[in-house]
Amino acid sequence: MFKALADPTRRTILDELTRQNGQTLFEICGRLTTAHGLGSSRQAISQHLDVLEAAGLVETRREGRYKFHYINTGPLQYIVERWLGRPSGPERP
Amino acid sequence: MRINLTSVFVDDQEKALRFYTDILGFEKMHDVPLGEDRWLTVVSPKDPGGPNLLLEPSSHPAVKPFKEALVADGIPFASFDVDDVKSEYDRLRGLGVRFIQEPVEMGPVVTAVLDDTCGNLIQIAHRPI
Repeated sequence: MFKALADPTRRTILDELTRQNGQTLFEICGRLTTAHGLGSSRQAISQHLDVLEAAGLVETRREGRYKFHYINTGPLQYIVERWLGRPSGPERP
Repeated sequence: MRINLTSVFVDDQEKALRFYTDILGFEKMHDVPLGEDRWLTVVSPKDPGGPNLLLEPSSHPAVKPFKEALVADGIPFASFDVDDVKSEYDRLRGLGVRFIQEPVEMGPVVTAVLDDTCGNLIQIAHRPI
């Protein structure tokens, strides 16, 4: 998951899915190009989406003949639980 | 050089004619019987001397996988100019048209993507002044 998040283009893809969830590859590419000036090829974006999907951060759903991409923030919850819980012991001075 | 004809591959010419005229608002220009198929074109009533859109039968074996792959990735086959994407989106939604991309600002243009019910995705766009 950290590898997936390490790439700025992949983080931008997640930003855009936060703005509008459930996008086709075409719409994601259009938003990256016009809103962020990212000139990556469609194939490159498709590969970024594969990495995000392998990390569980993006889910794809087929609706009829269309394929939409959705953000899944579930895996991020583990990070929150691991380090952002209130630590025991004395407060920081 | 000018563009006088471009085409979309349609699964069913009669169904396509209805969609492109009754729903999208184009007008039939040529309708010539050609065996099982027709030389079937439509034009925009706003530009009757403009390019014809040929509703080309998609019976060639290469066409089906090509169209399916484009549709899966949301890639529109053609783009049509409208005065205002949002109002056209509302009008077409009211007629039961399925959109797979709602109106979005894409740099200098506003675009939306609809399903033409004949196996294609079509983009509509306008450039705000």
